[in-house]
Amino acid sequence: MSTRTIQGQKNLQDIRQASKDGIGGSPLRPDGTLKVRGEFAYSSDMWHEDMLWGMALRSPHPRADILSVDISEALKVPGVYAVLTHNDIPGSKYYGLEIQDQPALAIDKVRYHGEAIALVAADHPETARRAVKKIKVEYEVLAPIVTEEQCLNPEVYGYVHEPHEYKSHGSGNIVHSQKLVSGGGVTDEIRALADVIVKGDYEVGMQDQAFLGPESGLAVPAEDGGIDLYVATQWLHVDRQQMAPVLALPEEKVRLTLAGVGGAFGGREDLSMQIHACLLAQHTGKPVKIVYSRDESFFGHVHRHPAKMTYEHGATRDGKLVFADARIVLDGGAYASASPAVVGNAASLGHGPYVIPNVRMEAIALYSNNPSCGAMRGFGAVQAAFAYESQMDKLAAELGMDPVELRQLNAMAEGDYMPTGQQIDSPAPVAELLQRVKDMPLPPPLDLDNLDIRQIPGALSNTSHGEGIVRGIGYSVGIKNVGFSEGFDDYSTARVRIEVIGGEPVAMVHTAMAEVGQGGVTVHAQIVRTELGVEQVTIHPANTEVGSAGSTSASRQTYMTGGAVKLAAEAVKQAVIDKGRRRYGWTQNDLTLAGGKVVSESQGSLISIVDLLGDEAIDLTREHHHRPTVPFDKETGQGFGHVQYTFCANRAVVDVDVELGLVKVVELTAAQDVGKALNPLSVVGQIQGGCTQALGLAVMEEIIVKDGKVRNASFTDYLIPTILDTPPIPVDVLELPDPHAPYGLRGVGEAPTVSATPSIVAAIRAATGLALNRIPVRPEHLTGTL
Amino acid sequence: MEFLRPATWDEALAVKAEYPTALPISGGTDVMVEMNFDVHRPSAILDLNRITELSQWEITGDVVKLGASVPYSRIIDELSGPLPGLALAAHTVGSPQIRNRGGVGGNLGAASPAGDSHPALLAAGRDVFVEVASVRGTRMIAIDDFYVGVKRNSMEQDELIRAVHIPVADGPQQFSKIGTRNAMVIAVCAFGFALHPKNGTVGTGIGSAAPTPRRAVEAEEYLQGVLAERGLWESGDLLGTEVIQKFGELVKAAASPIDDVRGTADYRRHALAVMARRTLTWTWNDYSKQIRSAA
Repeated sequence: MSTRTIQGQKNLQDIRQASKDGIGGSPLRPDGTLKVRGEFAYSSDMWHEDMLWGMALRSPHPRADILSVDISEALKVPGVYAVLTHNDIPGSKYYGLEIQDQPALAIDKVRYHGEAIALVAADHPETARRAVKKIKVEYEVLAPIVTEEQCLNPEVYGYVHEPHEYKSHGSGNIVHSQKLVSGGGVTDEIRALADVIVKGDYEVGMQDQAFLGPESGLAVPAEDGGIDLYVATQWLHVDRQQMAPVLALPEEKVRLTLAGVGGAFGGREDLSMQIHACLLAQHTGKPVKIVYSRDESFFGHVHRHPAKMTYEHGATRDGKLVFADARIVLDGGAYASASPAVVGNAASLGHGPYVIPNVRMEAIALYSNNPSCGAMRGFGAVQAAFAYESQMDKLAAELGMDPVELRQLNAMAEGDYMPTGQQIDSPAPVAELLQRVKDMPLPPPLDLDNLDIRQIPGALSNTSHGEGIVRGIGYSVGIKNVGFSEGFDDYSTARVRIEVIGGEPVAMVHTAMAEVGQGGVTVHAQIVRTELGVEQVTIHPANTEVGSAGSTSASRQTYMTGGAVKLAAEAVKQAVIDKGRRRYGWTQNDLTLAGGKVVSESQGSLISIVDLLGDEAIDLTREHHHRPTVPFDKETGQGFGHVQYTFCANRAVVDVDVELGLVKVVELTAAQDVGKALNPLSVVGQIQGGCTQALGLAVMEEIIVKDGKVRNASFTDYLIPTILDTPPIPVDVLELPDPHAPYGLRGVGEAPTVSATPSIVAAIRAATGLALNRIPVRPEHLTGTL
Repeated sequence: MEFLRPATWDEALAVKAEYPTALPISGGTDVMVEMNFDVHRPSAILDLNRITELSQWEITGDVVKLGASVPYSRIIDELSGPLPGLALAAHTVGSPQIRNRGGVGGNLGAASPAGDSHPALLAAGRDVFVEVASVRGTRMIAIDDFYVGVKRNSMEQDELIRAVHIPVADGPQQFSKIGTRNAMVIAVCAFGFALHPKNGTVGTGIGSAAPTPRRAVEAEEYLQGVLAERGLWESGDLLGTEVIQKFGELVKAAASPIDDVRGTADYRRHALAVMARRTLTWTWNDYSKQIRSAA
């Protein structure tokens, strides 16, 4: 049990009472009201005089050789300005986030269902659509390589990428692998030390980010031969880095500006329409807009890696873990995307937030002819958490122990070591978080006499009036890293300016941070208000005129770009004070900025910022780098690989109609340590959103792929939770500062997505007594009708 | 694409005669989705929204004449009493926005086995009629003759749906639908059930578990037999688990579902049996209460 005092515990009521708009307050987000009212301009809403519409022809086959592409009929359609294939690409034909293995347009073969082959630009989207249909492609369809067995036997089933084409360190159809051994590893001698051993095979289906704003952007050719691209993305600079070589342009001639982003969740980390729109704009000399339809969106971005996992845990009779062994096979699909990082996370975080003396792990990602998989909220950690938390429940049952007590008995804490050998050097209140969700009051039992049908499984579908309903409760806890790992320096840049406008001191923040809904624009203003003591803060549009802000992913933006804003604001503050020192000869060493003034703690207000600055502006840019990490050793997985760890615990209460296999999550409680809540309202929102996305994975969200073909590329059949599926989510926020992080904060966005899924499955198991080793759990699993 | 906007019913029939491939649209909740997915690119669209009579209903004697375009939200608000089964089905259609636009005419025109109205219409009895018309005249198609294949109905190309004639409920009715989330979901399978004490019959309707919406004929006949032989219509006595169980099994046997992305055939059969047992139990309990309170 943690002995640390819990500081600053917050709940929603406290948050609403908070009034200051600096850090720790909860000012409303500037884009919030606009989004709710439907007035926010998303990337798909952009318009330009004379613009053309771009559209891609996509492969209906997961694996085929392209024998010929005939664009002549498409070019004849009136209103068509260009039809392009890979032959028209001026520069490099390949790109990729980590490994440049993906052709911008298919070259002689297609490797997944939906791969782009050719592009059309036309004066109307309907014209473009008709022209796309007139492109004739002759295929030789090949048997897709889609199962683990097929992928791992390339001599028999073939290669997704021919070995001589490999651009990664992978081999066979393995794009990346990572082993890990700690303690004595897992041997027969180690196994013999355990009184109880539990084993399990677990499977996670392919989840989609299911953001609501489809991929879209507008490419405008510039007079200098460059391109201006307005686009919804997660990382402007890495897009540019991948685009410029393909467009045969120097990076400075590829200028990106963030357009309104309708959600991301990792799905915008890879390029989608960026290169395509720019190629069409280069060829036509006209602005080109591309907006994916909903079904194209399902083919246009990567998904969460499906996983097959084998776990084995050994413990003493009194519940102390002795060893843990695991193998995680992730299906990376046709192209590498973020697979190496996903493998790294799965291997290093895959045994959970537990102290385990002897550990072995192997994680691999496959190349296959399934849809490409890459970044999605909590990647690598999400899949593993379902397995290790299922194992904890299994072990508790085997030992006859309370599942929460078993977890607490083995929970890691500050000072403990990860299986990678990295010491946890900031708070890790794993046992405390579990205790907090356990101690929260339970929702009342179902009142059969006053039944609100909307609150039971099936709701207004009217499948039950109380019959068959059994309640279950489940617990889980998870671990996620924050920031990019394994030696990556994902620094952030921020520019802060202060000047007098209309007699008021006004600050401006300029970063390239992609606001994808996380609330960074709100937090940046809060940081500047706190650091510079001014109320008026404007946020400059995010673009590549300023240095990189890194990716809006890995729970890192408040830590990294927020940290950069803090550094830049501190530098501006110092410059303002220094200016006063030079002018007025101040010698006090207790000067700061507050309330629009330079103040001395001992002597009070010295001068207003307005009077001090006059016509002069102070404009400074700073970079923020997190502490360095190192790659994991390829064979042992050892190394100081992660920047920061974050933990969340959940309790799920579910009602299951055990006859029909329908589930209603009644309540999903979360407790999370965030170090410091810069905006408590946003923090709670992030945790509730993360829990909801985890609920989707637990009970409904899956891209169904059969023989490499996507079967449900629509929101009709790819289901995400509605408000009737989303329960009350009480959140307990802890603030235990991390001494290594700006303001002591800890990344928030992903931890609940890691931890909440297994708690829901545990609750369903408690209600049904079924083993449930695959997610999402379908009605068929609960009724034996698969 | 031609966009045709007749002002009157007669004009609509004339236009349909002239453009037999024109696709009628009212709420657009199905037509527009299919167009977005590029499933259909009709040569012409026939907009029926100017014809106000299609959005009206009236009760004459014991029959509700329900205009083809009366939206589901109004069926829920205005017709829960005379058409309880259809109103329950309407509750399960899409989202509030969809229920404000979509109506039964669209369901019948598309004739998808997953349409939510169909099981309720079938259960409402064999004397439910779809009123269709063309310049050649008007036909009343019995609901049992309406669904002829996957997304096919028995209408001629030049005909339009004007209304559905549904007897006012003379006994309890129920509707249940399975979806893999708790709202806004297409049916994995659905079941409609109605007691018709006046003529001593029961009605069933199975959705999403066969190429067309269909009736569980043997289940109906079995139950009608039991109710008549045991004098249960008069007594309102308990049915007993054996009868309920058998009824569920017969409903299950009447389905011929497939495996698809929404569910397995086995699950659909299983769920139909459960829904059949539950809806029978609910309706019979209500009926018993009515009998006993009348006695």
